[in-house]
Amino acid sequence: MTTTEHGFWHIAYLGFCALVFAFLIAPILVIVPLSFNAEPYFTFTDGMLRFEADAWSLRWYRQIVEDEEWSRALVNSLVIGISATVLATALGTLAALGLSSPAMPGRRFATGLLISPMVTPVIISAAGMFFFYSNLGLAQTHIGLILAHAALGTPFVVITVTATLAGYDANLSRAAASMGAGPLRIFHRVQLPLIAPGVVSGAIFAFAASFDEVVVVLFMGGIEQRTIPRQMWSGIREEISPAILAVAVFLIVFAVLFLLTVEWLRRRNAR
Amino acid sequence: MSENPEQQIGRLKPGPRLRAALLVLPLMAFIGVTFLAPLANMLVRSVYDPVVADALPETLERLRAWDGQGLPGEAAYEALAGELLKAREDRKLGQVATRLNRVQSGLRSVLTRSARRLRNVDEGPWSGAMMNIHAAWGETGTWRALREAGERYTSRHYLNALDLQRDSGGSIVPQPEDRRIYLTLFWRTLLVSLGVTALCLLIGYPVARLIAHAPPKRAYLLLILVLVPFWTSLLVRTTSWIVLLQNQGVLNDMLVFLGIIGDDGRIAMIYNMTGTFVAMTHVLLPFMVLPLYSVMSAIPRVQTSAAESLGATPWQSFWRVYWPQTLPGVGAGSLLVFILAIGYYITPALVGGSTGQLISNMIAFHMQSSLNWSLAAALGGILLVCVAGLYVLYDRLVGIERMRLG
Repeated sequence: MTTTEHGFWHIAYLGFCALVFAFLIAPILVIVPLSFNAEPYFTFTDGMLRFEADAWSLRWYRQIVEDEEWSRALVNSLVIGISATVLATALGTLAALGLSSPAMPGRRFATGLLISPMVTPVIISAAGMFFFYSNLGLAQTHIGLILAHAALGTPFVVITVTATLAGYDANLSRAAASMGAGPLRIFHRVQLPLIAPGVVSGAIFAFAASFDEVVVVLFMGGIEQRTIPRQMWSGIREEISPAILAVAVFLIVFAVLFLLTVEWLRRRNAR
Repeated sequence: MSENPEQQIGRLKPGPRLRAALLVLPLMAFIGVTFLAPLANMLVRSVYDPVVADALPETLERLRAWDGQGLPGEAAYEALAGELLKAREDRKLGQVATRLNRVQSGLRSVLTRSARRLRNVDEGPWSGAMMNIHAAWGETGTWRALREAGERYTSRHYLNALDLQRDSGGSIVPQPEDRRIYLTLFWRTLLVSLGVTALCLLIGYPVARLIAHAPPKRAYLLLILVLVPFWTSLLVRTTSWIVLLQNQGVLNDMLVFLGIIGDDGRIAMIYNMTGTFVAMTHVLLPFMVLPLYSVMSAIPRVQTSAAESLGATPWQSFWRVYWPQTLPGVGAGSLLVFILAIGYYITPALVGGSTGQLISNMIAFHMQSSLNWSLAAALGGILLVCVAGLYVLYDRLVGIERMRLG
């Protein structure tokens, strides 16, 4: 440790970092107390700041629980998200197994192609899908959105499972084979349990991506396919009501749960 | 690239190769149908439009013999009169008129009016009758526009997307000044993306360094602080910024309360470029911090200490020893943030107002409001080529497989 570490510059550096962390977190935290606002305002009322009991309420939470539109949106989000995740996880895990094999022909190109849905601007994907799926009669259907979200979610599965497989010792498969296990048995009994954390992480990523996707839904979904993000989109654009702050708090809780699970799996895998 | 023995074996034996390919095949087919085919379809749409050619085949055939000077012969008028009536019956006239109107504005009403009035005309000469209905049929430009709109394959939409057009001689010239919008928008998108990338690097670098060299427990905690926004719904984060920055929002209220600004002097921080810039930086910052962090945490702390014990100033030890080693992270983070920034849609759409819109928002506008899908496809095609180029660059410099999530 040098003396400069405790000098002015070091304190300035720590102060700067603290500001950046505040920039990252404060906007998310500020929503939480505001969602308990008794008034239909997006800012702290005088009463809230004086901690008067009647300035705070569960009014907006009651509203979203009772509102049928929000519960239908939740059901849609879950149905589309879970179906897309199952599809993406199955296909993505298989592909990751192939991509991790050194024998895979054209590996780099194939990886690039399979990851491309993640970096393609979503407006372009959505526009292309809108034309194409409309021609197939899949626009404004749940199936169409499930396929679209599965396509957008597979890169997350491919990346996480490939990363986990990088730490997989191929000798384990050989050992199992030498003891007479077939390829399916090896996968099921040896490989899968070891890469399971990666598969679950990938699935969570894929689900979170679908659960937060709004542009494809905006282009392709009809009234029947309104999801939570779609409902929030209207909430922000058209009828701004603090009810969306209550929804936002739910989504933040979801996000933290996803995050902690993935980090827990990552640390488990690292050991 | 040198191959290890296992790779060489893999190349020689067909079995493992086939098995690996078969494992990848289902996803490849799935992505091909659900994602790549739609993109290809969109690109085709940007250069191919058969509507006018299908509706007015005979007219266009007659115009093929026309040299583009003066007016075409009576045969073209006759063919057009018949085909306009037919298009009206088939309910195709609206689509044809819309497309013609995009080549030369004002032609929509010319076409619909002519088709309506032509029902009362029984016999030729058709040229006189049509010029009677609308003087536009006596202008060379109208016929040129008709011929242009009749091209099945056209570069028109791409020219349009780059603020260019063909003049009467067929050479490519810039659009008139008042019709140039897209280049400005591409330029703005580029500048905003560069600005956001630079800002993310500037504020993300110190933070990544702090996390990378903190004791493990604290590092984990700080990392969570970066990951919470990463995982939080984009719409939630956008809502947060609206709540914070709007006129009656938390920040303005605070500034008024502290007496820094008057109640009538509230600052417009959202629904303009500032809103887009701030919210985008917030959303993309984790994509900068995470790759930086993973490169930095592999750099041994002792190196900078060693440099300083050898007489380097803190600045020298940072600039000569530490910074060069973090360049891979700087490259990976900057490229990723830039790629994500140039295609940004949701945040500008919600908090950008009219001045904070980017190229993606223009694509959405043509998809949803003006319904000029060919132009939307062409704008999308240009953006897609840019992103694809950056993506290949990313693969070369960083490697796609090393993209770290969360």
